[in-house]
Order: sequence, then C-alpha cells, then structure tokens
Amino acid sequence: MSALEAVILTIITASTPLLLAAIGELVTERSGVLNLGVEGMMIMGAVSGFAAAYTTHSALLGVGAGLLAGVGMSLLFAFLTQTLMTSQVATGLSLTLLGLGLSGMIGEGFTGLPGIKLEALNIPFLSDIPFIGPVIFGHDILVYGSLFIVAGVAYVLFCTRLGLIITAVGGNHHSAHALGYKVLRVRYGCIAFGGACSGLAGAYLSLAYTPQWIENMSSGRGWIALALVVFSTWLPKRLLVGAYLFGTVWIMGLYVQALGVDIPSQLLSSLPYLVTIVALIIISGNKTLTKVNTPACIGQPFAPER
Amino acid sequence: MKKLLGTVALSLAMTFAAGAATAAEKLKIGFIYVGPVGDHGWSYQHDQGRQAIEKELGDKVETVFVEKVAEGPDAERAITRLARQGAGLIFTTSFGYMDPTLKVAKRFPKVKFEHATGYKRSKNVATYNGRFYEGRYIIGQIAAKMSKSGVAGYIASFPIPEVVMGINSFILGAQTINPDFKLKVIWVNSWFDPGKEADAAKVLIGQGADIITQHTDSTAPLQIAADKGAMGFGQASDMIKFAPKAQLTSIVDDWAPYYVRRTKEVLAGTWKASDAWEGLAQGTVYMAPYTNMPADVSAMAMKTEAAITSGKLHPFTGPLYKQDGSMALAAGKVIDDGALAGMNWYVKGIDGKLPN
Repeated sequence: MSALEAVILTIITASTPLLLAAIGELVTERSGVLNLGVEGMMIMGAVSGFAAAYTTHSALLGVGAGLLAGVGMSLLFAFLTQTLMTSQVATGLSLTLLGLGLSGMIGEGFTGLPGIKLEALNIPFLSDIPFIGPVIFGHDILVYGSLFIVAGVAYVLFCTRLGLIITAVGGNHHSAHALGYKVLRVRYGCIAFGGACSGLAGAYLSLAYTPQWIENMSSGRGWIALALVVFSTWLPKRLLVGAYLFGTVWIMGLYVQALGVDIPSQLLSSLPYLVTIVALIIISGNKTLTKVNTPACIGQPFAPER
Repeated sequence: MKKLLGTVALSLAMTFAAGAATAAEKLKIGFIYVGPVGDHGWSYQHDQGRQAIEKELGDKVETVFVEKVAEGPDAERAITRLARQGAGLIFTTSFGYMDPTLKVAKRFPKVKFEHATGYKRSKNVATYNGRFYEGRYIIGQIAAKMSKSGVAGYIASFPIPEVVMGINSFILGAQTINPDFKLKVIWVNSWFDPGKEADAAKVLIGQGADIITQHTDSTAPLQIAADKGAMGFGQASDMIKFAPKAQLTSIVDDWAPYYVRRTKEVLAGTWKASDAWEGLAQGTVYMAPYTNMPADVSAMAMKTEAAITSGKLHPFTGPLYKQDGSMALAAGKVIDDGALAGMNWYVKGIDGKLPN
C-alpha cells in the first residue's frame, strides 16, 4: 500500500463521522430547528452501537442500534422543543450534557473491551485493482452511506416537493402553516433524520474508527459538525467540501509531523479549524446565495396563530 | 428524674460511640487519575495499585479515586476537595499535577502527597516514578530485530523529559541491533485521545513504519497496528487481548509494591518525603510475556532484561552523542538521574526536531 493510498484512506475515515453528523443537522436546521445536541446524540450512538455489537457480535446490528439511539435522543429533543415549546438552544445544550453523561453510565461496563470492527465491503474484483481498489471500493458501508445520504439530501432538498416544504417550513413557518403544511410534523421528521445521522456518526466512531468504547470518545466532533453546517450556508455540496477539507488538513498535520518537518504540533492541531473556516467563508462569499439558503425561522418555536 | 437519667445515658453512649469511631477511624487515601480507569493503560495500572492497598490493608484504610481529572486548574480543585474530605494521603498520578499538588500541599501541611513522575518536592510532597526507559531499551532492540522496513513509529504525548528519555532509550536499544534504524515521531499533545492516536498510527504506518510504539494511554495504536499488519508494543499495561497477534510485549507499570509500602509508612508514622525511582530491579516495571516473535529474539530480550535488572547494563551508557553531534556522555560513563530527569535533547540518529 503506497503512502498516498494510506493517506487518502485515513482522510476518508477521519472525515466520515463529521460528514454524517453534519448532513443530519443540515436537514434539521433547514426545517428551522437548531439542535445543539449533536454531540450528545453522537456519543449515545457510539455507546449503543458498541454495546449492541459487543453483545450480538454483529457490527451491522451495532450500526442499527446507534441509529436508533440517535433517533431516540432527537425525538426527546423534538418533544421538548416542538410540543412543549422550550428554548431550542437550552434544550439542545441539555441534550448534549445528557448524552455525554448517560453514555458514560451505560458504557461503564463496556470500557476497555476489545471492539467489533465494521468490516470494509471487500467487493471481490473491484477492491483488488491497485490503488483505485482500496481507495474507492475498499470502504465500509457507512462511508458509502455518508456519500449517498449527502447526495440524497441534496436531491430531496432541491429537486422534490418535500424539499420545498422543508425549506418553506424553515423559511417562514407561519406562511407554511397558512398554506396547509403540517409544520410540526415536518420538523419532527427532520429532527429524527438529524438524530439518525448523528447516531450513525457515533456508531462509526465506536465500530469503525477506533473499535472500542471510551467515555467522551466523540471528542467534540459534534460541535465541529455544527460549525460546518453553518459555515457551509446549509448547502450539502459545500458541507461535503468542508468536512473533507477538515479531515484532510487534520491528517496532513499528523503526516507533516511524521515527516519530521519543524512546525509546532500545536499549530498543526489548530490548522484544520482555521483552514476550514477560512475556506468556507470564501466559498460563501455570494451574499445573495447565502441569504436565500439561510432558514429564516431557525431557532424560533412555532405556535400557530389563532 | 427519668428524663435526666435518660439524657445522661444517651450522652454517655454517644461519647463511647464517638470514641470508638475515632479509634477505628480509617486512613483515607485519595487518588487522582488523569485518564479513565478503563483506559487499560496508565490510569488502569494506578487503580490496580489502589486495589492492592485495599486488599492488603483494607481494614485500616479507605480509598477513594477521581478519574479523568484534566491537568490544570481542575486538578487543583480535585486535589483540594480530597484533602478537605479528610484524606491523609493523596496520590496524584500525572506529571501535569506537579504545581497543583505543591499548592494544595502548602495549604494542608498535615496531608501527605505523592506525585508521580514529577521533580518538585516539599516537606509533605514526595515524588515517585518508574524507570520505564529500561523497558524502552528492550523494546527498541526487539523493534530493530523484528522490523523489516527498518522504520518504527512513535506516538508521543508531550515533550517532557519523561517522554524524551523514553524515545532516546528506544532508539539506543534499536541502534545496538541496527545502527541505521529510523524513528518517526508524532506528538499528539494528549495523554489519552484514542481517535488522534489511531490517526497517528495510520499515518506512521502509511509512511513505512512496521513497528508502532507509544507513550500515550489508549489501546488504539496497537489495534490499528494489528489491523494494518504491523506489530507494536503495549503501554503501561499488558494489552495482549486487544492485539493478540500484534503485541510483541508491553512495558507494565506495577505500582502495588510502592503504594502498599508507603501506606504502611503513613500508618506507622514513618513517612518522609522522598524521591523513589524504581525499575525492573524493584518490580515497579516489568515486561509482559514476549509473544509473536521467534525464539532467538525473545532470548535476546530476556538477556537484556536480566542485564538491566542486575545493574550490569544501563541504557544510557557512554559514548553517547546528542543529535547536534556534541558528546553527552563519555565512553564508559553512566548517566546520572538528574540529567535523565531533565532530558530535553534527542540522541543522534533521530530525524526531526524535538519540540519545546
């Protein structure tokens, strides 16, 4: 395996959890809901995924469990913010804290146990092609899943009626309500989708990235995903660029260190954040496009006017 | 009259109870860990030491621990809380707790503190460490023998003397087998970050390293090595069950003898602030079984281990040259502990600059 191959594979592995969590949050925010609980949903996905995979010896069941855990957490958030109309920011932050604490409690008995790895899909003929084989065909289903989800979200948001409805609900929920669209139902659905994706991202961490469970293993990736969604102005294509750019700079920082180049490691650690923010700000320079894509009602609770 | 008798009886009973409680009051021992006990590495081994104290002296002591305490202001808070809760002996198990420990020690002069891997002491602060570099020398030799590419990857945490002496000892051991052995170092700036450690391991392997070793606390690098067909060494505890076919050996910390000894000293009233730096000879450091290697390599390793244990061989024996070419030790001389504890230079043969 050449060095370039190894680097590309590592970049893809590093970027996938960010991409998964961020694309889910993008859909949630497009419908006008700001869910700050991405980190909490992600870590719950990680612990559930690991626990299920360990007890059933099946990584796929673990992925499913992670997804369900994410959905569960997000539905709790949805109930609190949509039906009970609590503050979305406060509830989201509480969800993060709840997730971190609850996952630590659940994971107590699973810490330090050798994990079940989500295996790469070894497509019999294609994976053996030198270079292209491992790089394009040698990944596990969640990597391909993340790319399909991004493509799917882009298609649904911009080419289907459902996408228009979601955008309408996020843009002006009163008008959408007046038109007869079920605002709360749409938001519940988008929140659940966001939760599912965050759960998948968490499951990826504990089943493919580092197959083990350690408390707090999400290490702040949820917050990075949240920032990526905003800086990409809620456009899936830009989100893809942002997530992979972050992963690339992150891995290249380690790569440069291993080559012995004399750049302080702390500076290299901060570069992914700096580079991604700068790049996305430049890409998002078109003010009109930005305004068009910002969900104007984000964070506001919906109470139908009588 | 009945009421008066009753009150007298009650207060007498309470005095006796209080007296009995004070007489049987256990020594409270506190532990501060930098990582989770479940890291199966550094903090796990310290907790094993704590459990050893409980096992041997359980009727006289009561232990309590706080895990995942970040080095810095949080540490001071955690240590203070333990002292306020009545701990008589507190073990702070990470280098970065040095200044917080001293600060709290000043405010609680009756409490005794043991700081691991530090170098500042006071009347009630002792320091203790393990000569892990002895183990590093052995695994350096094994690495040079087992590596086909002649390159090893080292995942390091922070550029403190503790870590630097480990890197130097490793390459010195490797150089006795292969004078051109190459070492690539990645600094992850954390004692415990499985994701980052895993990424570092992948990058190192991608750059040609087929032996991975680490001075960080998770099992992730070894697992990545196993996954990618490389071999590696466990850190602080025996990590064989995480990589049954890839772990060659592990440098295991055994704090139990030291912890039990110091606790007994506190109970007997003979505790004094001291600096203990014990290694293979005293059992504070031991090597996990040599696995996944041919018989001649394990024989060589055991021979080196015996030589170091008996004192015949010291990993840092001259002639020793620094990376810049200057002589660090004259031929035949053995490095002194002070120079080791303050080591901030690479030996010759390591590419790459040591960060500040």
